[in-house]
Amino acid sequence: MRVKALVIRILKQFKRDKRTMALLILAPILVLSMLYLVFGDDDYSPRIGLVDIPEEIADQIDLSEAEITYYDEESSAYQDVEEQNLDAYLTIEANQPSITLEGSDPVINSAVLNWMQEAFEPLTGQSSSQLDATFIHGNEDMRHFDYFGPVLLGFFIFFFVFLISGVSFLRERTRGTLERLLSSPLRKWEIVMGYVIGFGLFTIIQATIISTYSIFVLGMMMEGTYIYVLLITLFLSFSALTLGILLSSFAHNELQMIQFIPIVIVPQLFFSGLFNLETISGWVSWIGPLTPLYYAADALRNVMVRGLGFEHIYIQLLVLLSFSVVFVVMNIIVLRQHRRV
Amino acid sequence: MKILLVRGVKKLDKNGKVISVKGVYKNYGKQTVLEGIDLDVTKGEIFGLLGPSGAGKTTLVKQLVGLEEASSGEVFLFDEKQPSLSLIEQIGYMAQSDALYTELSARENLEFFVSLYNLTKQERKERIKAVMKVVDLEDAMDKIVAKYSGGMKRRLSLAIAMLHEPQILILDEPTVGMDPILRKSIWESFNALKESGVTIIVTTHVMDEAEKCDRLGMIRNGKLIAIGSVDELKETAGVDNLELAFLKFGGEQHAS
Ligand SMILES: Nc1ncnc2c1ncn2[C@@H]1O[C@H](COP(=O)(O)OP(=O)(O)OP(=O)(O)O)[C@@H](O)[C@H]1O
Ligand SMILES: [Mg+2]
Repeated sequence: MRVKALVIRILKQFKRDKRTMALLILAPILVLSMLYLVFGDDDYSPRIGLVDIPEEIADQIDLSEAEITYYDEESSAYQDVEEQNLDAYLTIEANQPSITLEGSDPVINSAVLNWMQEAFEPLTGQSSSQLDATFIHGNEDMRHFDYFGPVLLGFFIFFFVFLISGVSFLRERTRGTLERLLSSPLRKWEIVMGYVIGFGLFTIIQATIISTYSIFVLGMMMEGTYIYVLLITLFLSFSALTLGILLSSFAHNELQMIQFIPIVIVPQLFFSGLFNLETISGWVSWIGPLTPLYYAADALRNVMVRGLGFEHIYIQLLVLLSFSVVFVVMNIIVLRQHRRV
Repeated sequence: MKILLVRGVKKLDKNGKVISVKGVYKNYGKQTVLEGIDLDVTKGEIFGLLGPSGAGKTTLVKQLVGLEEASSGEVFLFDEKQPSLSLIEQIGYMAQSDALYTELSARENLEFFVSLYNLTKQERKERIKAVMKVVDLEDAMDKIVAKYSGGMKRRLSLAIAMLHEPQILILDEPTVGMDPILRKSIWESFNALKESGVTIIVTTHVMDEAEKCDRLGMIRNGKLIAIGSVDELKETAGVDNLELAFLKFGGEQHAS
């Protein structure tokens, strides 16, 4: 009953503060859209060099969708690739096509590889999966918006929920209303639960809108079940909001709340799968498993990229839930510094 | 002036004391903010805490409310040691800063705070109306609090402290920023509350307000330098004005 009163009040404040509401929903959408435009442009026509390709084969390859240059010598093609006048060149030895890519830009890499698969379809009758690809720089593991999309989706939801819930609770403390709540019959756990539920309700809407937009408007890769994505983002939001409330206790003003971003939020992005985890130095690789985003990103990727089912996400969901429970308990403990009973 | 009724009366200390502060010390780090405060307040009394800025009034008042704990010493309300959950409903606390949700209207603030107490819907409505009448804000009920003046916020804050008809009102500088007419009418309602058995603690550094209290505790540098009714204090100090009495007690403290 008292929790309900708190929830209603939080929702009313949301309704009044349209800008914050807009920030929570529109900012992630805007950032994701920009990233999509920057990284996710699939219309790129790769510049391909054909080195000494027999005419009868060249006739059968689908050369549209690419800028083609012909070479006689592999060395001159190689040089053009090095000078970035060319994205890749194709050679055929013993009827086996082989492609050499410049390789430093994952967007171009995937454009080239996609083109290759389509180009050779008329020849082989099927998309050839055993392409022989060589990368001059970088490697095949550098992928594309589709691959880090799920991480970014999780990250931006986490980021904004963390910030807004933290700042709201901080304000409760700095303007003295927390003290007033603590001199009312509200129990400490009721205060924390009121915040979790109040923000949780709003977060459901936020996570739904952002996930839906990313998948259906931006066309983020989506192999699995949509409802699982919502479930994961929701669980992630809960951990973000409980962590935000918790850390707000250690900030004296809004600016100090912002100072947590480079310390608490950004590292999560680095250590939770945006970059290949195997390549992270051993002495910092332990950070990832300590962060909620690590599990959410893994689960999101399992659903969105790998199309896996519930049995491949429930452990991550449980871990996320445990994070939230731990943060809630710590919140209640921290509130004891204001009122022991 | 409507007399506010007191609900569910708690049992008193055998000597009729509602509040009893026993040897309270409070340190913040190395700074000692309260030094051995002993204090009793009886039921239906308006007790004033008078002292200059930084004297420790707010710190003392927070010990009474249970929001802070003494470094040593004890605070009892109705013979029960603070902090205690069962005492919370008996206390109405108004902090020195107006703890209000400024993006909400006054009505929304009141509705929120009143719903934290076990009252029926009808009771809540009546309570909100009654307290807003006391502070004369009935016409500004639906105004967003951010658009209130400083004095209006103070009044709303006071109204919220009185919402649940507490037996003890603890008010930290309640009338700051109010005009004399309003101040007078607020004090009339304090007296009406007192008549109905409510015990009121007010802090102030305004002498003319201190004069209106039944008893006063003069506090300076964390020490209670004098305690008694206004007349007693003047008499003991041998002066006819409270300000002089305060200076005298303060001076004596330094001399000793
Ligand atoms: N949380 C705190 N941490 C450290 N010192 C504090 C804290 N709260 C108060 N103090 C110190 O305790 C002393 C008494 O402060 P307090 O707020 O009780 O004074 P006051 O009598 O209420 O003054 P005013 O009339 O200005 O409100 C001051 O010196 C203040 O700096
Ligand atoms: Mg004070």
